[in-house]
Amino acid sequence: MPGARRAAALAVSLLFAGCAGDHSTLDPAGPSARAVATLWWIMLGGSAVIFAATTAALVLAWTRPRIFGGDPSRPLVLWGGLILPSVILVALVFAAFALGERMIGRSGSTDLLRIEAEGRRWQWEFRYPGAGGLATIDTLHVPAGREIEFSVTSTDVIHSFWVPRLGGKIDAIPGHRNTIRLLADTPGRYGGVCAEFCGTGHTVMRFEVIAHAAEDYDAVLARLAAGEAPEEMPGDRP
Amino acid sequence: MSANPDMISPIKLHKELARLWDTPPGWGRFSAVNHTVLGKRFIIAAFVFFSIGGVLAMLIRAQLATSGSAFVGPEIYGQIFTMHGSIMMFLFAIPMFEGFAIYLLPKLLGARDMAFPRLTAFGFWCYIFGGSILIVAMLAGVAPDGGWFMYTPLNSGVYSPGINADVWLLGITFVEISALSAAVEIIVSVLKLRAPGMSIDRMPIMAWYLLITAFMMLFGFPPLILGSVLLELERAFDLPFFDPTRGGDSLLWQHLFWLFGHPEVYIIFLPAAGAISMMIPTFARHELVGYRTIIVAVIAVAFLSFGLWVHHMFTVGIPHLALSFFSAASGLVAIPTAIQIFAWIATIAHGRPRFDVPMLYLGGFFVVFIIGGLTGVMLAMVPFNFQAHDTHFVVAHMHYVLVGGFVFPMLAAAYYWLPHFTGRTSDHRLSVPAFWMIFGGFNLTFFLMHLTGLLGMPRRVETYPMEAKWDWLNLVSSIGGFIMAIGFALFVLDIVVQARFGMPARRNPWQARTLEWATATPPTSYGFASLPLIEDRADRLDPEKLGPALARGDGYLGFTRNGWMETLGVDMVTARPTEVVVLPRSTFLPLWTALAIGSFVLCLLFKFYWLSLLPVAVVVVLFLMWAAATGNREDTPPLDIGHGQSAEVHWQVERPPSWWAMTFTLAADGVVVTSLIFSALFLRVVAPDWPPATAAAAPTAALALAVIASIAAAAAGRFGVGRLKAGASPIAAQAACLLLHVVALAALAAGLAGIDDATRHAQAAMLAAVLGLAALHVAIGIIFAGFGLWRAANGYVSPRRSLDLRIGGLWHDATAVIVLVCVVSGVLLALAAGGEVW
Repeated sequence: MPGARRAAALAVSLLFAGCAGDHSTLDPAGPSARAVATLWWIMLGGSAVIFAATTAALVLAWTRPRIFGGDPSRPLVLWGGLILPSVILVALVFAAFALGERMIGRSGSTDLLRIEAEGRRWQWEFRYPGAGGLATIDTLHVPAGREIEFSVTSTDVIHSFWVPRLGGKIDAIPGHRNTIRLLADTPGRYGGVCAEFCGTGHTVMRFEVIAHAAEDYDAVLARLAAGEAPEEMPGDRP
Repeated sequence: MSANPDMISPIKLHKELARLWDTPPGWGRFSAVNHTVLGKRFIIAAFVFFSIGGVLAMLIRAQLATSGSAFVGPEIYGQIFTMHGSIMMFLFAIPMFEGFAIYLLPKLLGARDMAFPRLTAFGFWCYIFGGSILIVAMLAGVAPDGGWFMYTPLNSGVYSPGINADVWLLGITFVEISALSAAVEIIVSVLKLRAPGMSIDRMPIMAWYLLITAFMMLFGFPPLILGSVLLELERAFDLPFFDPTRGGDSLLWQHLFWLFGHPEVYIIFLPAAGAISMMIPTFARHELVGYRTIIVAVIAVAFLSFGLWVHHMFTVGIPHLALSFFSAASGLVAIPTAIQIFAWIATIAHGRPRFDVPMLYLGGFFVVFIIGGLTGVMLAMVPFNFQAHDTHFVVAHMHYVLVGGFVFPMLAAAYYWLPHFTGRTSDHRLSVPAFWMIFGGFNLTFFLMHLTGLLGMPRRVETYPMEAKWDWLNLVSSIGGFIMAIGFALFVLDIVVQARFGMPARRNPWQARTLEWATATPPTSYGFASLPLIEDRADRLDPEKLGPALARGDGYLGFTRNGWMETLGVDMVTARPTEVVVLPRSTFLPLWTALAIGSFVLCLLFKFYWLSLLPVAVVVVLFLMWAAATGNREDTPPLDIGHGQSAEVHWQVERPPSWWAMTFTLAADGVVVTSLIFSALFLRVVAPDWPPATAAAAPTAALALAVIASIAAAAAGRFGVGRLKAGASPIAAQAACLLLHVVALAALAAGLAGIDDATRHAQAAMLAAVLGLAALHVAIGIIFAGFGLWRAANGYVSPRRSLDLRIGGLWHDATAVIVLVCVVSGVLLALAAGGEVW
């Protein structure tokens, strides 16, 4: 049936169009997001196998109980309930810990750029130390290819700073200063959102990250500090 | 079993028992204390709230179906999703399981009712009134709108100045009274009111699940209640516990909330798992595999569940190493859960399975819950959580766990126990399509929602731009949601049709082997005309034989006397009969008490703080009337219980149910005190702006006097009990106990008066809270001492009837310890902040 095939093709194309969205964690544009995306695909595959195996055990227990031998509780409860999950969980917990250390802990980078992000209802203000008191609202300028440490806080309620394509989120909490390190591989525009519900303006508390070529970055900040628009924006639509 | 000595006919026995146990008709229905009646009311009320929550869910799905939707604005949307979550958690899931437990537990255990029937009724009214406050607020357009976990400072006075957040804090806390009273009642009923011979290792597996769940509630709810009280104090009186500009911290709220909130998930799941463990053996026609292994696994879940609350807080800036411990613990909890799942599968493999509607719904449970468990392990991994947290991935996960782990098993349980409720058999015409619509609709709604989250859609947004490309996913979810809603409508229709027009069922239609099927169906008010002697594990019985024998009066207590409603109390471990428990008749007191508390809550809600003292006084008087309604002025000789055995009446034994209830209540109380002191310590260590510029001081002399006086009060109470048991009058000692409490209260009041301004800084506010909690205990101690004095003066106590004084004594002892701990913490709080101590 051509109609069904066309519908299937449409579904597939929609799925991939979805994956390439501006906020998609599955379309990573930096090492943190890429590592998590990889972890996700591995966990998804593993989960599919575990789900299939458990469901198969249930169906076989119903239809062909003798497959488990004279005393089915031993293979099922001991192996299925205790030994296999323990092995999988230990491996997963250690792998995730190592990954987390690389993401959050010390990456060894000496070329760290600091930017302050301050959430307030309902906008983000970004400050660039060493750029003449420059502050931008709802637009964040970063150099591509350089690791940035964001120092995140809030002046009112709790917000959460999240650029899905670059990496994980961190909460902006009044009275606290949290840090997160992100890196954009290439120049471009990336969507950012407030992820923690913060009141009626939560939905519109979005921001945009503009990653500039590293060699242009200082010039861009200088122009912004002087009150001019940066002449050319990466990813600008014609 | 020996024959009924008086050889009265089963019909006559039924009539005599029914006359005592039946709830009066007409207005008298409001005085019901019977567990069968109240269990049903709980279940129906919970289902009504579930329907309201479901309609709200439909509004959410209507709003999100397409991008740029203008169906409701952000103000209304905030109310809708907050109320959806709050209703489903607090007004549906917990009360629904309480209803099942209240209805089933005495029948499973071979008792005639729960241990504290008036408390059952009281819990029911608190639930109804508290829930109604929330619903009325919603209809008035002032429902809570800050998210069901009520994060501060968003829900503090500055950012939520309206009444909305107060509705949540006061209404939900009101409802939680019923959760705590159910917890105490379930624990005591399981431990004390079992059939003779049902030793602890013979209990039906459901009783184990409910016992462990009730303990989790006992320790899980106090942190939330404390947090709600502190936040309401901040909102009402500006005490800055959570205000980061004055030494408070919003993270304190998160810790208190999730310290409750995570165990809550297992509190909801475990009773459902208990129901699964009852149903699968019946349909597998084989007893549960791994009875002891499952008990160990459930205890492991209970312990672990208190050690992983931080996985809701991975992005708040806690060091990674610390997060990793909580991550590992969160993964670990999958193991005891997997053990249960495979024990169920093994039970099926061992048996000769038979298919019926409950098994269909349990099939849905397996599929949905396993997926929820797997995504739970994913979310427990810190790096993945950083991406998925607060997105629709979490929304999908949580619905897989809660609907899979609670709703599907409860639907199965509804079909399984419906013949017990109604005495009618199932008619499968609607239940199968209802299942496929609920199951299919559910997966359509939530399966692809995982992807929606990974594509970056945060939670709690009321709209989204078309460029985000989330349209088709959301539309699929919305369509699925409406299919699921139709499925639930079919389910309701099916239940109504079966209850109304089903064919009358014979006893035990599923050939189950547990005791609840030995009652008549529908059950009589008293459950069992006589109580069985259990000589094997309670899931290996033969209800078909047992039922008629018990109805004939062949068991224990197969008669009536003195117009008393009697059931048996047993030794907790061996289940040797130890006492005849005389239960209270139908009474309006629970209704009046809940109404008085409701007026108190309304006074607070509308900020009539001085007026609120009036309902408090009424509540105290009403509770004293509860207590005064039992007991006797004469010693009762040992009572015949049948089988040639006899036992004391419960108020003449050392540790009757009420003594244990007080002990477990004090355990929950201890959690409140510990949580408060943890909170003070947390603020000292973590909150910004410490130490304060000017710290509040603790007047050591007055506080030392308070400690000495309350220890002396406890000693006087103990001395009084000793005098009574030795045959002397306890009146002087009771009076001394009362006076010493008054002294302690005055001293604590002096300490509180020494805090010049509790709103200046969280240090002063915490000092006030710690001393205030101590003072509250002392004030209640005065009431207990006064009640003891009155009972002693009016001849209600004797060397054999010392229970009133001993229960008061438990309170006096606990108060002495709590005052000591609170005063020491208060002094340290003053010292650590650089305040004077004088």
